[in-house]
Amino acid sequence: MTQSHRTTEPEHRKPTTATAMRLIVPLQGVVQGRGGLILGSLIPCALFYFLQFYLKRHRSPNPPSPSASSSNLAGLPRTSSRSTLSSRGSLGPVRISARGSSIAKPDDSPYYIGWNKFRDDPYDKINNPNGIIQLGLAENTLCLDLIEKWVSENLSDSIMGRDGDDLSISGITTYQPFDGMMELKVAMAGFMSQVLGQAVSFDPSQIVLTAGATPAVEILCFCLADHGNALLVPSPYYPGFDRDIRFRTGVELIPVHCRSTDNFAFSITALDQAFNQARKRGVKVRGILICNPANPVGNIIPRETLYELLDFAREKNIHVISDEIYGGSIFGNEEFVSMAEILEAEEVDKDRVHIIYGLSKDLSLPGFRTGVIYSYNESVLAAAKKLTRFCSISAPTQRLLISMLSDTKFIQEYLETNKRRIKKLYDSFVAGLKQLGIRCSESSAGLYCWADMSGLIPSYSEKGELELWDKLLNIAKINVTPGSACHCIEPGWFRCCFTSLTHEDIPLVIERIQKVAETCK
Amino acid sequence: MGILSKIATNNGHGEDSAYFDGWKAFDRNPFHPTQNPGGVIQLGLAENQLCFDLIKDWITKNPYASICTAEGVEVFKDIAIFQDYHGLPEFRQAVAKFMGKGRGGRVTFDPDRIVMGGGATGANELIMFCLANPGDAFLVPSPYYAAFDRDLSWRTGVQIVPVHCDISNNFKITREALEAAYERAQEASINIKGLIITNPSNPLGTTLDRDTLKSLVSFINDKNIHLVCDEIYAATVFSSPKFTSVAEVIQEMDCNRDLIHIIYSLSKDMGLPGFRVGIVYSFNDTVVNCGRKMSSFGLVSSQTQYLLASMLSDDEFVDNFLVETSKRLAKRHHNFTKGLEQVGINCLKSNAGLFFWMDLRHLLKEKTLEGEIALWRTIVNDVKLNVSPGSSFQCTEPGWFRVCFANMDDDTLQVALNRIAAFVQQDKESEKPTKKRCSRIFASASHRGSTNKVSCRRT
Repeated sequence: MTQSHRTTEPEHRKPTTATAMRLIVPLQGVVQGRGGLILGSLIPCALFYFLQFYLKRHRSPNPPSPSASSSNLAGLPRTSSRSTLSSRGSLGPVRISARGSSIAKPDDSPYYIGWNKFRDDPYDKINNPNGIIQLGLAENTLCLDLIEKWVSENLSDSIMGRDGDDLSISGITTYQPFDGMMELKVAMAGFMSQVLGQAVSFDPSQIVLTAGATPAVEILCFCLADHGNALLVPSPYYPGFDRDIRFRTGVELIPVHCRSTDNFAFSITALDQAFNQARKRGVKVRGILICNPANPVGNIIPRETLYELLDFAREKNIHVISDEIYGGSIFGNEEFVSMAEILEAEEVDKDRVHIIYGLSKDLSLPGFRTGVIYSYNESVLAAAKKLTRFCSISAPTQRLLISMLSDTKFIQEYLETNKRRIKKLYDSFVAGLKQLGIRCSESSAGLYCWADMSGLIPSYSEKGELELWDKLLNIAKINVTPGSACHCIEPGWFRCCFTSLTHEDIPLVIERIQKVAETCK
Repeated sequence: MGILSKIATNNGHGEDSAYFDGWKAFDRNPFHPTQNPGGVIQLGLAENQLCFDLIKDWITKNPYASICTAEGVEVFKDIAIFQDYHGLPEFRQAVAKFMGKGRGGRVTFDPDRIVMGGGATGANELIMFCLANPGDAFLVPSPYYAAFDRDLSWRTGVQIVPVHCDISNNFKITREALEAAYERAQEASINIKGLIITNPSNPLGTTLDRDTLKSLVSFINDKNIHLVCDEIYAATVFSSPKFTSVAEVIQEMDCNRDLIHIIYSLSKDMGLPGFRVGIVYSFNDTVVNCGRKMSSFGLVSSQTQYLLASMLSDDEFVDNFLVETSKRLAKRHHNFTKGLEQVGINCLKSNAGLFFWMDLRHLLKEKTLEGEIALWRTIVNDVKLNVSPGSSFQCTEPGWFRVCFANMDDDTLQVALNRIAAFVQQDKESEKPTKKRCSRIFASASHRGSTNKVSCRRT
């Protein structure tokens, strides 16, 4: 059985303004009035621009790592790749698109390297006990037994529906509405409501279904922002956003750094600062993207902050995208408030809020590719529906999910059991780390914990963090996600996903970390 | 209110075109043999419903292939969790094998070059994102699939430069036409990144002959631009000549394989559009690598991958299916086109696809685009048939219509033929006022025993 991969992408850790010409600095000369207009500003400006232009032209692409295959060479426009092409009669390098080239670049980010190593040497209790243990993928296998049981008890026929007494094939093979079958929207609305403990009811007509939350985020981005615009994202953030938003939309992500002293909660002040800085650079911010419950930290945004966020969005006339994919994976005592709840209760600008959801985390069905866009904005819904043409959910899967999600009794039992099991494992894992002197941030949700290993890194820097990450991967043989991959401004934090482990695995993981921890002291 | 993006508010989705007006007419008033016999018959949907029975039969006999049966549930957990964008190896192997069989075994495909897309729609968009920058352009011989404007351009920003083909040489794509289009683009400072063709052709239903295909490969090779071949109808070929895939042709030619890419899907050949299986098959390693990462935006459900891995590995089933589907399409095509011939309507000679290209030039009141649209509106609104006007496929010559024939049962087909016959008859009596004429179309067409019935063997 092939090991599963997260479909997330490493971020490209260039600072966001690296490729833009810096406009601000040369103008300071003008503002401060030194040296008159020509000497003080125009000439330095001109020289400065020429320098930047020169540097930009001559900046070399990331050098390929020694183990990179030749596959990355054919696409880089500036490389003379004639000798490496296996084809005959070529006129020169074959050019693919600029975004294609940058995506196809060798995987030098820790994300990919960790992935590939795990894929080549996956831990198996019996067959490969010294393999790499995967703690880098937020996947939950704790309650799959419940799902398996439900399937065996409920679907003795195959995936086809019934048309009277006959098994009907046309319900799964023919074209269906691209934004999802209405029955599934109804079932999904009910499920989302159950996840929130019935705190709010969802309207199926405001749901657009997509093949996973990944295209859902991309679609929203295409609808709300133009090429060159930006979204503010409190960081550390889910590394996959870099793929979802940066790969094809041309929209920039501006991290709004949060600090451990605040338990990584974001502040409106910080958002405001980031907004203004972007404006000075001439970049138009079109919205804020939040993940609530948060990934990678696992904290929950308090109700008051959500209100403040809405006020801020209204003041700036921008959108709010709330990714609530972990809404059903809450094990702590904090109250989770969905954006939907706030919008139902208050007379607020509903048209600017859009919710992302999916079944990959809360229902442990990432393979089935089921995502949701929930919006109050008719124009967004209309546009998003048309865009589902590119990413609809497979019909047999829709049929299966309609059955499963409609079984509200099963869903209730599942959601409650899931939370209990996550909490148990979380407590055990965090306690184990604590014994090693590694503390985790306070979190109440998610499939991971956010561990502070800054005490173990050789230097308090990204470099030091990556050195530790490398040791953990190659010596301890555990694949964790370093904070820098999540754009965390404080070095030394690591996201450790634990919900694909069993209780027996935990002491083994702790023991392996201990080996490395000892060498770091 | 935070305003929306250009993409959300422009009409790059193409749904305002005439192509979709017919759909809307159908949605408002769909034909049903007993409940709504006067409704619009859908002849605008290229869907293959002729072999459902074979698929249903296989699924029923092979419960282990479905993860939702007693026999298959033991793999449920592994499949539900599987989200690797490489795709299930068994799925890729089965698809590669199927693609080879669909091309008569004359070429084999490498499973590691198979990349998933959200249907062929998603796959076509994905390959554009990989090959071209916003503002770049692709040459597209016309008439071409109406939704290419959306699929290739909407979010990608890639321009389409049509290369017009016409009946004078049976819509063949000539080297001269390509060169001319390429030159004109160069003069207009449009950067052509490649050529995209659909083979077998939509809407023409014809396959490219070997020489033409070779000349296309030679053209793109000389210009160092990409060639994307949408082979979504590859296994719908029902009469000679046999289908020649670009994969076959490059085996015998000197060409830079990094420029060659195939788009495929199971929506037409297998009649499984609901499954959303799109495939990008590229001979260029970088494109495979890049495409695979982008495939996260449109992966095929693991449940579906698992089912198809089993189904498409069943050699006996596949071999029989390919033979049967070809037979049934041939029969359907023959019946429909013969029926039309009897009332003086000719179609472009075709050997593939789920449609044919009908020639109604002689029925145009004026040989203009307006004339075509006027005729089309009559057909949709009065004759109550949704056919697709040639202009929606960017055909420059008015009077051609695409008619789909594989998405309905035989009886419905008969009703459609009757209505066309009646319409043609009425049109000959052109003195009579329009209104009366059309009500008579209804009166005659909805009765099976009508004297206007076109003799046509029941299939």
